[in-house]
Amino acid sequence: MRFQYVLILLFTLIFWGCKDDSWHLKKIEGKQININEKLDTKKEIDEFIKPYREHVNAELDSVLSYSVDTYSKKDGKLNTAIGNLFADVIYEQSNPVFKSRTGNDIDMVLVNHGGIRSIISKGDITIRTAYEIMPFENSIVVVGLKGERINELINYLTQAKRAHPISGLKLTVDEAFNVIDATIKGEPIDVNKIYYVATNDYLYNGGDHMTFFQPNEGLEVLNYKIRNALLDYFTKTDTIKPVIDNRFIQITP
Amino acid sequence: MKRRDFIQQTAATSAFITLGGLGLSSIATAAQQKKITILHTNDVHSHIDPFGPDDGKNPNQGGIARRASLIDDIRQDNPNTLLLDAGDIFQGTPYFNYYGGELEFKLMSKLKYDAATIGNHDFDNGIDGLFAQLPHAEFQFLSANYDFSNTILDGSVKPYKVFIKDGIKIGVFGIGIQLEGLVLKNLYKETEYLNPVEISQDMSRILKEDEGCDLIICLSHLGYNYSNSEKIGDLKLAENSTNIDLIIGGHTHTFLPKPTVVKNKVGNNMLVNQVGCYGINLGKIDFYFDKDNNKSANGTSIIV
Repeated sequence: MRFQYVLILLFTLIFWGCKDDSWHLKKIEGKQININEKLDTKKEIDEFIKPYREHVNAELDSVLSYSVDTYSKKDGKLNTAIGNLFADVIYEQSNPVFKSRTGNDIDMVLVNHGGIRSIISKGDITIRTAYEIMPFENSIVVVGLKGERINELINYLTQAKRAHPISGLKLTVDEAFNVIDATIKGEPIDVNKIYYVATNDYLYNGGDHMTFFQPNEGLEVLNYKIRNALLDYFTKTDTIKPVIDNRFIQITP
Repeated sequence: MKRRDFIQQTAATSAFITLGGLGLSSIATAAQQKKITILHTNDVHSHIDPFGPDDGKNPNQGGIARRASLIDDIRQDNPNTLLLDAGDIFQGTPYFNYYGGELEFKLMSKLKYDAATIGNHDFDNGIDGLFAQLPHAEFQFLSANYDFSNTILDGSVKPYKVFIKDGIKIGVFGIGIQLEGLVLKNLYKETEYLNPVEISQDMSRILKEDEGCDLIICLSHLGYNYSNSEKIGDLKLAENSTNIDLIIGGHTHTFLPKPTVVKNKVGNNMLVNQVGCYGINLGKIDFYFDKDNNKSANGTSIIV
């Protein structure tokens, strides 16, 4: 009898031992491997990419326009030639879209200095140029803002003291960056009027601390990417020759 | 040959028993070991070609055709390998602008990726743009905390998948970042973001208890860590987890000198890793299993 119990116990133990024979994690080794030119290029993969690469490169290198000079966002203090081009292109390309949808005209454009990602080099302007200036997918939106919010926008610009690209707005400040003169399309700002400001979806959502776009008097999403606006403009324009002008200047005695 | 294997194993077992102590619980052979290799990338951002020699930041780095040859070598060494991506496959080179992600997915399929999670930039052509490219992806998209019920992706993305390699059950689930404020609403549409900590707890319980997984991996696009912020990152997720063995992260483009060892909710060590961005690095984590039943007594050693 007792021997039988021992046997049952023994079998139970063996059974449990075998039943619980799951695998246990004993050791983990972790590292990362750098991908560089010392590794072989897998030919089959490279061959697969090749037609895509050739197509993209051929497209990117197709010439759209010509630039008479090299333009950088670093050339200029409160407004730059490339920034002025950037803002003016947004106005010129989006206003017909906005007007056909709403019946209104865009009053001004504001985008950010940091959004210009590259220079425009003297010579041929290609599709690649547009991708270099604007690699992001940001789209143009038009925001209705009361005049009082426009004054906040102006405060932002005078405090930033940077050449954020603008169009339609003209701003003159004194030595201490106090506003001497501010006009939109040549008219002084009316605190009660609604102005239609074109910008991009990133800034509309508070990017670069531009908090003055919310709340607002309405939003129109154009579904028009900034890069596509540049591409369309370059396609229809033979020669690019932007200048630094007086749209945002400081008057010193 | 089979018979001889059996005899050798039996001999080994009896030898072990005669050594005493461990006795019957070591009825399975102690000498057996299994190795699972996990390879991973994150935030490749359409970087298919390597950076050129004149690149200001990453000269001669990356390139998917090189990654392919490296992965081939590793798989030859250990066929029990999984290849995973932690999201932001899209956006960063004109390949994406021209082909909408088709080439990225086709190449990842050729490299035999097993699964990927969804990053915020994977919505850049809208949820419809992502859906349109899914036929080119021969790997599974995983996301447990995005509820796609009211979107076109409903049914196309799974919360988790269980892989079996050499008899080892590996559970992989996906976790995404909060989209509100990061991605335009008209792009992600009715995608609902659910609490990543709670969902991760649910997932690891399901994978451990219901699916009986030996290894649990979280593919996360939350970002590595947000110090001085309430925002949830991989380190916080790790500290609040119980059964996750590895979190593969993304989003913050974090280059780590080595994987981070984190103590989880119950005091066990686990790993968090992220390998920067643009396909510059490949992460490689090897997991060794044996049949020693005294897991809690012996623990797991981590070598990084």
